Amino acid sequence: MPPCLRLSPGFLAYAKMTHMTLAIRCKDLYKRYDNKVDAVNGLNLEVRTGECFGLLGPNGAGKTTTIEILEGLLVPTRGEVEILERTWGRHDRQLREELGISLQETKLPEKLTVGEVLSLFRSFYQNGRDPMAVMDLVELTEKRDTWVNKLSGGQRQRLAVACALVGDPRILFLDEPTTGLDPQSRRQLWDIVRHFKQKNGTILLTTHYMDEAERLCDRVAIVDHGKVIALGSPAEMIAALGGEHVIEFALENFNGCESLARRLAETASVKAVRTEGEGFALHVREPHLAIPSLIALLQETGNSLARLTTRHASLEDVFVKLTGRHLRDE
Amino acid sequence: MSRWKPFWELSICRFREFMREPEVIFWVFVFPLLLAVGLGIAFRDRPPEKTFVAVINQSGAATLAEQLNRSGNVQAEILSAGQAHNALRLGKVAIVVVPGTPVQYQFDRMRPDSLLARSILDMVLQRAAGRKDPVSTSDQIIVEPGARYIDFLIPGLLGMNLMGGGMWGVGYVIVDMRIKKLLKRMMATPMRRSDFMLAMIFSRLVFMIAEVFLLLTFGWLAFGMIIRGSISSIVVVGLLGSMCFAGMGLLVASRAQKIETVSGLMNLVMLPMYVLSGVFFSSERFPKIFQPFIHALPLTALNDAFRSVILEGSSLVSQAGELATMTAWGLVSFLLALRWFRWN
Repeated sequence: MPPCLRLSPGFLAYAKMTHMTLAIRCKDLYKRYDNKVDAVNGLNLEVRTGECFGLLGPNGAGKTTTIEILEGLLVPTRGEVEILERTWGRHDRQLREELGISLQETKLPEKLTVGEVLSLFRSFYQNGRDPMAVMDLVELTEKRDTWVNKLSGGQRQRLAVACALVGDPRILFLDEPTTGLDPQSRRQLWDIVRHFKQKNGTILLTTHYMDEAERLCDRVAIVDHGKVIALGSPAEMIAALGGEHVIEFALENFNGCESLARRLAETASVKAVRTEGEGFALHVREPHLAIPSLIALLQETGNSLARLTTRHASLEDVFVKLTGRHLRDE
Repeated sequence: MSRWKPFWELSICRFREFMREPEVIFWVFVFPLLLAVGLGIAFRDRPPEKTFVAVINQSGAATLAEQLNRSGNVQAEILSAGQAHNALRLGKVAIVVVPGTPVQYQFDRMRPDSLLARSILDMVLQRAAGRKDPVSTSDQIIVEPGARYIDFLIPGLLGMNLMGGGMWGVGYVIVDMRIKKLLKRMMATPMRRSDFMLAMIFSRLVFMIAEVFLLLTFGWLAFGMIIRGSISSIVVVGLLGSMCFAGMGLLVASRAQKIETVSGLMNLVMLPMYVLSGVFFSSERFPKIFQPFIHALPLTALNDAFRSVILEGSSLVSQAGELATMTAWGLVSFLLALRWFRWN
């Protein structure tokens, strides 16, 4: 080996630590459509091998544009993309062999059966999985000879994911995999994703469901206006709010009193206060301390409760805190 | 996976989808047969029709009508002037005769049946008055399969069908797949684009053979059509024709994002050819200055080549011009389509 190609052990260790553990890396990604809007506006992302990574954000945040750039289906206006240490435009065929993709809306051929669609997609890959095994995994074996147009929404979505899995990918891209599905179908899909992860697969998914991101993802990037505005594990991000519980309440005949908000912030265990329409939301560490103090404060100020609920803080609260908007306002 | 597995899977899926659409089966296979039956019956060879004549009711009308009716091929009726002209206008009679000296014929010289009626009537009246024909003639009636309307029609229907099949079977199907994001989904796999295109074209070839076989067999069984050309020559003409229209289908579908767009484009391409390219009647009927343009159309080339090969048994070499026209259209369309094609 010529000396110039001999790499030092230190360099190799460094490369392994930083680069080789990354399945997806993109830097300063921009995408502008028809010189109008910046759908993606300087986005940076690093997805580690073997993790389930979620892009969470409202509709129009640039999630789909981002994932389609990473999938090599859209060309960014500028920015760097590296998938499995390769780049689009140079290694397309090898990359296609290693990626499994489910687009936001694909209508698979209506008049083909589940089995036929899967063997069609299987034929595109050099090395893939047995269509029967994948069918079994997504619980569609019974529907093997059923036409696609006779499937329910959940079954179609599972078939779409099966088409992504049949090539035995290293990375699975799922764009809004459970949008519009009933709770049971969503849980079935989550099981499929978890199973893929157990087999050391890497997953990048987009969603606007915070519960999906919380349950499924090791790490989440919250995306708004084409940028990552927060990054971390769901638990870390929620913990960063200060209180893991939220008390929401509304008052009878409340007349927008500034001083009440200030005094609420001083109540025991309350970490943050925000007004929520006609009522308030308090981020609280210990509800059993906060609620008695709250009741006492309201009695003292002559207010009476119209409603009061408590719940765990969610990624939705993280998003609201960061942007002042709800995920599903748009 | 072997190199050609994706191509075969794509082709087989095309066949399955096609065979599972009853409407498509109707339009591709049944409709042309119905058209052939309908037109074959409407324009079948019939005994010569009688010439219908109105004689205006005035002195001498009865004698004149009797003379005309006696000839056998003329059906004369005595009517008032008003009724007679009405009957002429409505096409119930071909000509109006006014008795007297001279006998007057009233007719529209733009109507071929009226012109024919005038010469028949004149001959009958002159002969009845004692004219002797100086030249003796005799008629021999020949009905030759191959010269009938149905023989002309079936190759035309075949050409029309291959055009429709190529345009709809490729153009419409691709736009539908684009709208459903299926093209984009396939682009996200390692599938070779060329395999996809080849499978599209290959499926057209297989359907072409089925269409040609069905229509020709039907023409032979139902109308006693005689096929003089060799099967291989007919298939070669069909092959070039369907390639040509598959290429044009690909071209109209290369960028269209909506079904309305591609339907409009296909009609724009196909309608002029339905009319001009000699499907139902000979394209030679159009004025001479249009002929170079009409002959440059791919459907004209396909229809002419089919008719020569099927009806006259001409060799492929004699059809080189037509085959070249189709190849040129197909090739140019295909290359442009490759250049403009959008997968998403």
